[in-house]
Amino acid sequence: MRETPLSNCERDFLLKAIQEKKRLEGRQTYDYRNIKITFGTDYGCCIVDLGKTRVLAQVSCELVAPKESRPTEGILFFNLELSPMASPSFELGRQSELLVKLNRLLERCLRNSKCIDTESLCVVSGEKVWQIRVDVHGEEVTVYSADERDPIPLSIYHMPICVSFSFFLQGTYLLVDPCEREERVMDGLLVIAMNKHREICSIQSSGGIMLLKEQVLRCSKIASVKVSEITDLISRALENDKRVRKEGGKFGFAESIPKQRITALKSDEAAIEMTDMEEKAEGIISSTEPPSEPVPSPVVRAPGTGQVGESLENAWGVEQLEEEEEDSVDHVMDEGQEKEEEEEEESQYCNKADVVVISDSEEEEVVVLHQEAQVDSKQQVSGPQQPGTGDSKKKKKKKKKPVQ
Amino acid sequence: MEVDVQSTLTLREFGCEQNLLSRPDGSSSFVQGDSSVLAGVYGPAEVKVNKEIYDRATLEVVIHPKSGPPGVRERAREQCVRETCEAALLSSLHPRSSLSLVLQVVHDDGSLLACCLNAACMALMDAGLPMGCLFCGVTCAIDQEGQIITDPSAQQEKNSRAVLTFAIDSAQRRVMMSTTKGSFSVNELQQCIAVSQKASEKIFQFYRDSVKRRYSKTL
Repeated sequence: MRETPLSNCERDFLLKAIQEKKRLEGRQTYDYRNIKITFGTDYGCCIVDLGKTRVLAQVSCELVAPKESRPTEGILFFNLELSPMASPSFELGRQSELLVKLNRLLERCLRNSKCIDTESLCVVSGEKVWQIRVDVHGEEVTVYSADERDPIPLSIYHMPICVSFSFFLQGTYLLVDPCEREERVMDGLLVIAMNKHREICSIQSSGGIMLLKEQVLRCSKIASVKVSEITDLISRALENDKRVRKEGGKFGFAESIPKQRITALKSDEAAIEMTDMEEKAEGIISSTEPPSEPVPSPVVRAPGTGQVGESLENAWGVEQLEEEEEDSVDHVMDEGQEKEEEEEEESQYCNKADVVVISDSEEEEVVVLHQEAQVDSKQQVSGPQQPGTGDSKKKKKKKKKPVQ
Repeated sequence: MEVDVQSTLTLREFGCEQNLLSRPDGSSSFVQGDSSVLAGVYGPAEVKVNKEIYDRATLEVVIHPKSGPPGVRERAREQCVRETCEAALLSSLHPRSSLSLVLQVVHDDGSLLACCLNAACMALMDAGLPMGCLFCGVTCAIDQEGQIITDPSAQQEKNSRAVLTFAIDSAQRRVMMSTTKGSFSVNELQQCIAVSQKASEKIFQFYRDSVKRRYSKTL
């Protein structure tokens, strides 16, 4: 599915609003969207909500052989997926430009900045190391401001936090943490990854905009403020999670469903009352026919020869037989009625075409049988419901034909 | 260890949230105990020419596992969910269009397929797509002693002899889809179906309550 294009009106509106120092969501220029961090019941799993952007991350590990060039180091692997749930334009299994860009950003920010002690992941030098795999599922991607923390005591030296800045109208205007709409009209994007010690871990500039030195410096100053805020939030969330786990209280995503929201509902554990279950099951079984007895030992003429259906029950003709039976029952049950119907039908038939073609099919046999009656019935032609009966009759005939 | 008949026939706590994502036409998250699935639906929308069906909508179902690339197990689940949805949806009302359903496993603690089905149904409801009936998924496990456990956790599934999942429709409580693993007798199968049909009433009541709450004027 293609993405809905942004109309010129919308584009102009957004740009004009930015010029007037207003933003679509009512934020100020340097305001961040709300961040919500939820941890799962597994270790190493979290959902981060940034405004309406939602990302699920899972850390897992396995023992693998290390790289030959670095026998004492563990491997940190990032797998980023842009789920089609996030946007209809994201396709499965396609390496889009955005995906590559974000994956690279993650790698540079988290692996190359050496924030995780990869040497501590080594089990046997040169033979076995832990491979840490981080699966990130973009679920509602508008912009990616990633941060990753591993509740398993992976030794983390520092936490790089990304802050994104967007530039509009050739760098005249600057916004922090652009939302999806704003990203679509921006000229350039600058992502700064920084830790709380105010060390820059990586800078990525895209969109091909020329930035002045002052602008980059200003951005890095803003970033340092935001980073300390976010680091605080993350450590508070982590502590909270740890405390709840320790106390044995409830945690995980099930607890994170907001109770005050009208679109959400939670129910308690419900027992299913089942008193008649066994009787019911036995009733069904007794009312169904027992399956046909399997042949105790099929006849094998000679070992290794192919044979078909030898000494087994033949089910090929069964369907036809049933149909024939049904038909005969029909004949018996409402013979009188059928005669009438057939007469009517034939009369219609005759009205349409006066020539009666005699062939050896069943229909015509009937015609021959009731020829006298048929002449009479020509007069009492068909009320409004009769074409219907005629039709149904014809259908039935068609069904019969293959039997003959 | 003595197992009480009543205690094994329970459904864990349910939780559901609809319309939680802004981009998809319909979305829901469904929680059963600790199992949690997030679903998003797009459609009816433009369809690719090679996937176009001239008299009905094309339904695509994708299930993302939590970690690692999707494998054969996900494909099998996708097929189960797709066939159930196709049976319930009146897709002939939207010919030559595409419906896509994306499911993301958030946490697997047993009864995952049932949870996927429930999340899918809630998302389809949220998207307002025409359906002939609603459906729900119920998983039953049969343990070594022949005891039936409804809505088993991952641990219970692991210890059981057979795991059966059914999709039940809301109109006549009929079985729309069934998938089984392990060995069981005909009698046990019928018992499981009977249990699932009973359990589906609870789930449909939950659907009803949550939709009622959603469209109510006050909390």
